[in-house]
Amino acid sequence: MPPEFAIRSDAVDVDEIMKQIRARIREKRGVDYTEEEIRQLAGVKLEKFLDPTRVRSDLVQQYRRAHDPAAVPTLEPPPENYAFEDYHVYGSARGIGGRLIAAIRKMLNPVLKLFINPNPIIHVLHRQSAINTHNERQFERIERTRTDLAALNYEVIHNLVVEMTRLAVEVKNLRMRVESLSGRLDFSDRRARALEAVVQYKPGTGPAAEEAAAAPAREPAHQGARRGGPASAPGEPVKGEAQRSRRKRRRRGRNGPGAAAPQREADGDAGEPDQAGTGGPRADATAGRGPDGGGEGGSLPFDGDAPPGRGPEAPPGGIEPAGQ
Amino acid sequence: MKLAVVVQRYGLDINGGAELHARYVAERLAAKADVEVLTTCARDYVTWRNELPEGESRLNGVRVRRFRVRRERDPERFGRLSLGVFERPHSVAQELAWLASEGPLSPGLVGHVRRNGAAYDYLLFFSYRYYHAYHGVRAVPSRAVIVPTAERDPAIGVSIFGPVFRAARAIMYNSFEERALIQAASGNAGVPNVVVGVGSEVPERTDPARFRRKHGLFSPFVVYVGRIDENKGCQELFGFFERYARAVPGDLSLVLMGNSILPIPDHPRIRHLGFVSDEDKFDGIAAADALVMPSYYESLSMVALEAWALGKPVLANGRCDVLQGQCLRSNAGLFYENEDEFIETLALLQRNRRLAEAMGRNGREYYRRHYDWPVIVRKYLDMFDRLRREDASGGPRPGIEPLPGWLARLRKDRPAAARVVEALPSGPVRRQERHR
Repeated sequence: MPPEFAIRSDAVDVDEIMKQIRARIREKRGVDYTEEEIRQLAGVKLEKFLDPTRVRSDLVQQYRRAHDPAAVPTLEPPPENYAFEDYHVYGSARGIGGRLIAAIRKMLNPVLKLFINPNPIIHVLHRQSAINTHNERQFERIERTRTDLAALNYEVIHNLVVEMTRLAVEVKNLRMRVESLSGRLDFSDRRARALEAVVQYKPGTGPAAEEAAAAPAREPAHQGARRGGPASAPGEPVKGEAQRSRRKRRRRGRNGPGAAAPQREADGDAGEPDQAGTGGPRADATAGRGPDGGGEGGSLPFDGDAPPGRGPEAPPGGIEPAGQ
Repeated sequence: MKLAVVVQRYGLDINGGAELHARYVAERLAAKADVEVLTTCARDYVTWRNELPEGESRLNGVRVRRFRVRRERDPERFGRLSLGVFERPHSVAQELAWLASEGPLSPGLVGHVRRNGAAYDYLLFFSYRYYHAYHGVRAVPSRAVIVPTAERDPAIGVSIFGPVFRAARAIMYNSFEERALIQAASGNAGVPNVVVGVGSEVPERTDPARFRRKHGLFSPFVVYVGRIDENKGCQELFGFFERYARAVPGDLSLVLMGNSILPIPDHPRIRHLGFVSDEDKFDGIAAADALVMPSYYESLSMVALEAWALGKPVLANGRCDVLQGQCLRSNAGLFYENEDEFIETLALLQRNRRLAEAMGRNGREYYRRHYDWPVIVRKYLDMFDRLRREDASGGPRPGIEPLPGWLARLRKDRPAAARVVEALPSGPVRRQERHR
């Protein structure tokens, strides 16, 4: 619990106020992660997400490689393409001698054509070279696309995990807030019950009046004793349960311990009579400190205008208006 | 003493921050010195169209000399050049072209300053980023006193302004944050300077009840005064306030005064009054619980000063160094940097009346000590006295650094201005230092 927020009107220190406000916000939001911290958390989760025991055995490596442009896997390079031209069938690689041989072959070409026609062979080999070049380009393009997609997939998964981490942190904080609100609600319920115990009803209304009206029919034996009591007096206020309890105690005192048990049974009151009568205001005062002992009435903690006496524990045994 | 106030626009109906600032200063100094205003015939700062008559006239007792703008601004060309200078490495020639396209391109005004500069003791150049100020200071650096009205935007990173800030005779800053920014950008810490700011015409008495009756505002409210524009942080303000209204029970409203270029949310607790008179403005501020100032970029928020003068706390955008610094130094305002902080600070101001009143008192005192007109005028006069003493005792001052040669100007060796500004230190100045 951070220190209570206090302002001295003659010495306002905005720097200090802002520090306190930020501390309050951090406290409300639970753990306050920065963007960098969330990314670090996400990094840890990403490792977990890409756990080789859970997913494809080489997925981690795949994605890491995809994320690192220097280590992007590529296809094995194909052998160098041979650009085939028609003069290659006559060529030779022996320098001046080779050129001489190529010239002789070319001169003898008409003689060769008496036996076979080399032109279709030259044409087919030329086409094959072009097809090889085309295929090589296609492979390169597909490889580039695959690399880009792998990098994109990595980014998408990475961002998803970052968002998932952010949501997990948010859920955790919201859970803390729900628990805190739940505690406050329990406390309010208890306090409401305690206040109901000391509530004063208008004359002729409330559960006591109803009970008093029904009592003659149920308990003729005690009619005479009750007629003189204040609860049944016409025109007078009908007191609440606390007063009824006090009356019961007085009756028990008059009748003695032995008479107390039958009296309770006769009143139909099998609970704990002291709880409401003696515990009402005290229970209120104790509960008034709130579940965390802070005495905060509203959703925001800065209630500088509220006078010191205000709040749940202020009225000693009095009745607080609804909502206090 | 003869002074010239050189400003891009001038007139009673011209309410831009720097222009109003210049008019206030000219009118106040006119009681102590012979003041002449040198300005253009333009009324619209987007086009710089010549709308007012050229030549001499008098306005509120001050002599005004107007010069024609040779060429209106071409927004498309200006945008293209801005992109090149702000976002990419570029040359000095590109920076000069950018400055000329920004305008107001008035060679007549600059020529007058060059020819007649010696006739004035000092020339006060308002708004460093415009054509008239840059070329005017280059023409008469030994008599030039700059009132930069600089914000933390990429223009401060444009390299041609460095020599101008270093060569000026003196600089009158609006805030400590502005001084830190310009000194970091240009290295001109040796130039005589003082943090002055500007006062305002705050009425002696206001009538909050009249304002409430007139506009039917009987519940508590916070007020925003100014142009309702995304650049002023209003879009963010609407979102934050709607969330505040959901989170915090009560009937606190947001009242907006000023022309809007944004759609106003249809929300029962947001009221838009449109453009209002000065009387309504001051009465409205006096009736409000606090003034909200959501702008990200301010060299000095006059409306915040007006709220403080009227004893009202301010809730400012903490991402604006100047506003945050003023809140910290005055102890008269809170600030927010995100939605949670907005909700908490506004709720605190609404619920803790003693705190709000104490801040209001601090604000009034802060205004009285630093921004009341006698204080402002005294600072100007003290600076002129100091300069005259230095001029009398010292030798000749070095001139302004020359522009690079024709070929060197074409070399693209200047970094993107936005990157330069990003590298400059930021944050509020927490303690008020002694004025130099």
